[in-house]
Amino acid sequence: MKYTTVHNLQSIPIEMIPVVSYKDFFDTVISLFEEEEVHCVNYFAYPIGNELHLICSLADDRESKLKVLSWKSTSFASVPSLSTQIPSIIVFEREIYENYGITFIGHPWLKPLRYAKNRANEHQISDYPFFKIESEELHEVGVGPIHAGIIEPGHFRFICNGERILHLEIQLGYQHRGIENLFLNSTHLNQRIALSESIAGDTATAHASAFANLWESLCDVQTSQHLLWQRNLSVEIERIAMHTGDMAAICTDVAYQLGNAVLGRLRTPMVNFMQEWCGNRLGKSLIRPFNSFYAFTPELKERLLDIFSKYEPDFNEIWDRMKTLPSLLSRLEKTGVVSRNQMIEIGAVGMSARAAGLERDVRASHPYGLFKETPHQPITKKHGDVYSRTQLRNEEIIQSVSYIKHWLENIPDIEIKDASHATPKPSTFCISLTEGWRGEICHCAITDEKGNLIAYKIKDPSLHNWLALALAVRNNEISDFPIINKSFNLSYCGFDL
Amino acid sequence: MLKEIKIRLHQGSQFIKDVRNVEVPGIFKGRPVISTKNCDEVALVELCPTAAISVNPFQIDLGKCNFCGACAFHSPDKIQFTKDYHLAVNEREALIIRAGENKALIVNKEKRRPEIERFFKQSFKIRQVSAGGDNSAELELNASGNVQFDSGRFGFEFVASPRHADAVLITGPITENMAQPLETCFSDIPSPKVIILCGTDAISGGVFQNSKALDRSFIEKHPIDLYIPGNPPHPLTFINGILDFIGKKP
Ligand code: SF4
Repeated sequence: MKYTTVHNLQSIPIEMIPVVSYKDFFDTVISLFEEEEVHCVNYFAYPIGNELHLICSLADDRESKLKVLSWKSTSFASVPSLSTQIPSIIVFEREIYENYGITFIGHPWLKPLRYAKNRANEHQISDYPFFKIESEELHEVGVGPIHAGIIEPGHFRFICNGERILHLEIQLGYQHRGIENLFLNSTHLNQRIALSESIAGDTATAHASAFANLWESLCDVQTSQHLLWQRNLSVEIERIAMHTGDMAAICTDVAYQLGNAVLGRLRTPMVNFMQEWCGNRLGKSLIRPFNSFYAFTPELKERLLDIFSKYEPDFNEIWDRMKTLPSLLSRLEKTGVVSRNQMIEIGAVGMSARAAGLERDVRASHPYGLFKETPHQPITKKHGDVYSRTQLRNEEIIQSVSYIKHWLENIPDIEIKDASHATPKPSTFCISLTEGWRGEICHCAITDEKGNLIAYKIKDPSLHNWLALALAVRNNEISDFPIINKSFNLSYCGFDL
Repeated sequence: MLKEIKIRLHQGSQFIKDVRNVEVPGIFKGRPVISTKNCDEVALVELCPTAAISVNPFQIDLGKCNFCGACAFHSPDKIQFTKDYHLAVNEREALIIRAGENKALIVNKEKRRPEIERFFKQSFKIRQVSAGGDNSAELELNASGNVQFDSGRFGFEFVASPRHADAVLITGPITENMAQPLETCFSDIPSPKVIILCGTDAISGGVFQNSKALDRSFIEKHPIDLYIPGNPPHPLTFINGILDFIGKKP
């Protein structure tokens, strides 16, 4: 076999991952990719001695399995690029090139990805080589890195013909904090979990769950039912809160003030509930491996049911109004369209992919925690426009509320085992997938023969989905950029790490 | 239009009238109080993820604390987080909380530049710069302007251009890749100008303090006017901090 097969959160000895020649690696990845249900969840390099070990994990959504294979190389080697045939590999090869100097021959454009601190070359962020078109009829619009608003930095370079956008290139990296290296250098579990909550603070519980689930698997400690329950619950509350906030922001960008005010205030009881539960509106400090400082009590259950009973009528009322307002719909429909095929090509995940008809949802395809017993039926939309992404949010909110109500009927007893001294198994590999509100979050860890982390790889759904935004704005008026951007609401820091 | 009015009526009145004294619901990790009881202090130092706890004397540095609650969970007799959300100060040392003290954190008017109140009391415009922020402080700053917190009523607001701003408010630990854009933004703000560090990451680097990917020279180079701790700071912490700083009574 040229690859090994694992499921979500299964820890395996690292030797089980076949190391094959680059030619075999190349051919196997291409042949596995022939199936539409296969996509790449990570492809990264890490050093062992003077060598590099490059591991690629492909998720097969039909079989709920991950196919993992690897090859070995040295820094600054040259090999043929997979991206020429599989465009979704473009970002991964750029990252490997940036960090280890490997040249992928035939790659459409090997340029730095995020100007990581540990990069192998001297490229400077101020010299990013943007795509250019020479023409007297076209002009460029540069926006950022600092944007007009309370928002993270990134540089957007538009090439426009009059008001129409021909091309957009998004340059990121400004938020790079060296998180993956901190994961390796720290030996402190409290530090690592705090780091996971800060990968992207707007999806803190999803990243923290991905880490906690992974850590427990690595340490061979079975997660208690109550903790699993807490993690699933908090990620769905996060989804409701962020989707509601995003719908409010979409209203702002089309100047529908009432929608903004109502939806903006409806987000508040969700985040306030998180604070009542764990003392932090964004759920930071709630998720801990092996443990939780904040048990879910019967009073909290009554509180949450009460919040839902007030949330639902107001939410439905404003949504019923929104979907019949011609002035609102005319701004959302057919704006910022990406097709299903484009989404497959770029390896898009999560709600942006589902809004274009591509059913990718880890809750269904690689279920974990409560989704093993509560089968999840992903919601999809057809058109891939701003309106589809808005409709999808509305429906996912309703779906998550119903999941939570169902889970509240049966809260598992708290039995916290003291596993604080558990350590990861030696020479082990584990992948953890979680469906955050943006989409598939992937954490992957490898330990050495002493059980120390030697690789920690994080993939936020934004890694691929930023390209979806760049494609979606083509042929739109530049004045529609803000609304299209909001409809994706991607993470800068999640990409930059 | 009638439908809009109906929806509006269903919303009732949402805004918080008394932002200085309103009680936040449930658990809130605000200003900690530390008792003088004996406990295994070294264990607390070791479990803290951001090296915020130190001994001899036992103290917590709120500029480093990321409010994870691990210490209070471990030794509830020793450390308790109160519901006091008034956390902003204008002197870095004031963020150090010592055992046996239970004092409100305040903006020390003596140490504040004299022109601040005169210039900014009625109108204070802030340019926010996220320099490695994780979008949590950013979300809370946005929430400060929503219909509940409604910070706009107090005369301060966020502006798009540094040239319209009186202050730069920094979130995040200041990454190397953002160091230059931050400096450029600050130099574009007309004087007199103010620097605010918002959130633990900005104040000390927080959980990123040991990362080589940071460049915090901006903070060494320029005097800091206001520190707003939190991970992220609650909207009430932010709003009250600014009100105290510009000397405005709500
Ligand atoms: S709450 Fe603050 S002081 Fe206590 S352990 Fe966490 S970071 Fe350290």
